[in-house]
Amino acid sequence: MTGFSRREFLKMAAAGAASTAFAGCAAVPEAKKTIGRVVVIGGGFGGATAAKYLRIWSQGTIEVLLVERNTDFVSCPMSNLVLGGSRDMTDITRSYAKLRDYGVQVIRDEVTGVDAGNKRVKLSRNQDLPYDRLVLSPGIDFMHDAIEGYNAQAQKTILHSWKAGPETAALRKQLEEMKDGGVYVLSIPLAPYRCPPGPYERACLVASYFKRAKPRSKVLILDANPDVTSKGPLFKAAWKDLYAGMIEYRGNAAVKTVDAKAGTVATDFDTFRGDVLNVIPPQRAGDIAKGAGLITANNRWCGVDWLSMESVAVTGVHVLGDATLSAPLMPKSGQMANQHAKLAAAAIIELMNGRQASSTPLISNTCYSYVSDKEAVHVASVHTYDPKDKTLKTVPGAGGLSPARNEAEAFYAWGWAQNVWADMLG
Amino acid sequence: MRIPLVLAVMLALPLTAVAQGADPNLSRNLAATCSGCHNITGNALAGMPPLTGQPKEALLRTLKDYKEGKRPATVMHQLAKGYTDGQLELIAAYFAAQK
Repeated sequence: MTGFSRREFLKMAAAGAASTAFAGCAAVPEAKKTIGRVVVIGGGFGGATAAKYLRIWSQGTIEVLLVERNTDFVSCPMSNLVLGGSRDMTDITRSYAKLRDYGVQVIRDEVTGVDAGNKRVKLSRNQDLPYDRLVLSPGIDFMHDAIEGYNAQAQKTILHSWKAGPETAALRKQLEEMKDGGVYVLSIPLAPYRCPPGPYERACLVASYFKRAKPRSKVLILDANPDVTSKGPLFKAAWKDLYAGMIEYRGNAAVKTVDAKAGTVATDFDTFRGDVLNVIPPQRAGDIAKGAGLITANNRWCGVDWLSMESVAVTGVHVLGDATLSAPLMPKSGQMANQHAKLAAAAIIELMNGRQASSTPLISNTCYSYVSDKEAVHVASVHTYDPKDKTLKTVPGAGGLSPARNEAEAFYAWGWAQNVWADMLG
Repeated sequence: MRIPLVLAVMLALPLTAVAQGADPNLSRNLAATCSGCHNITGNALAGMPPLTGQPKEALLRTLKDYKEGKRPATVMHQLAKGYTDGQLELIAAYFAAQK
């Protein structure tokens, strides 16, 4: 038996009264009466979780519409396993269908704009959606312009694959088609970017594929950062122990130019030829956030009030996930977006009922990275609100890293994915 | 005399829950931080053990053992240190109350 299962929710919604599934909620509405509408833009780790938890925690009293442009959810976390060949696209793809059982109205459409003054979301195919509060979980978009030659034409062959989906499958195909003895070049932008350890995990899993299938091939990492930005000693140990002579790492090596025809990338000092070029550009909050006037920091990220995730620029709009100007030591991770979503859902319900958001939020992060098909490592942290600095800060003495790579955490990493996908999607 | 529902709920909860004061949903919100890894809105899936419906004392003992380093773990000993004993108690009570 479980907490608030779908069945329980349906039963409760039908009866119009709270079941034991909502123990702890003292106030029980006599009947389901809608107190307002929340539109959620973006069905990723942040948006889908927010939509579901708004429905559950408001006991169905808030109408929730989720706008997502893709048919299915494709997970960035675990997508490096597809590149390594141990999983396929179906393993990292999930349906939005179960969200409907919680009363979330899932609308497949493209948002063309947000009119925050009139509280309306404009859509490409459907009519405008009026809202009382808006949740925006737009993810990231890429600053291709920061790299010379990375134009629309070049983007057809030089992939970033930093949003899971067609580019994941396409990069896998490039790796499969590469000759043995070829060079795979991975370019990493300066932090902050989505998923700090992700590129290093990718290097490991591509190398693990090469080791198996194309043992004379090489992985060249060109990192704009001075050193590995996350789990450094753990990744370096894996490169040395598991992939000796196969992975070359260069720090302070920002790619400034790409030449798709010649198959080269260049830093300020050197030019490198590769058979597969995987260039991850610098990133900023997704285009929708930009259009809605939510970007407040460095022309890139959305500042939020960490008690509610409400934008510091636009009232009534809550921003989640990678698009936010991260709190200190807070990674841009799927797990973090999932936690942002619950913080926001709780706050929105209070605000829409004329009460205040909790003044003591707490969220936590566990982020797994595979270093091979069989072994993984983690970094974990717990974040609480500091009223003086008005931000979330890591709890001293809590959190930390794996002492060494191990097989148990490869099992837990896959378990995490199954559980968090279920937490957000049903 | 009929006891009002709100009071009845408060009486049924441990002192720590009443002491949460400003945030009546504190235990729910704290428990939700577990649910990324331990699915709590459906069946717990591969890997992580289920939390809903666990007896409060057993769950609290496990969490405190993690926090105090008495129970081996891959990650839970690091996460448990981020919560006060009072917060761990709220979490254990919350999951115990779920059916």
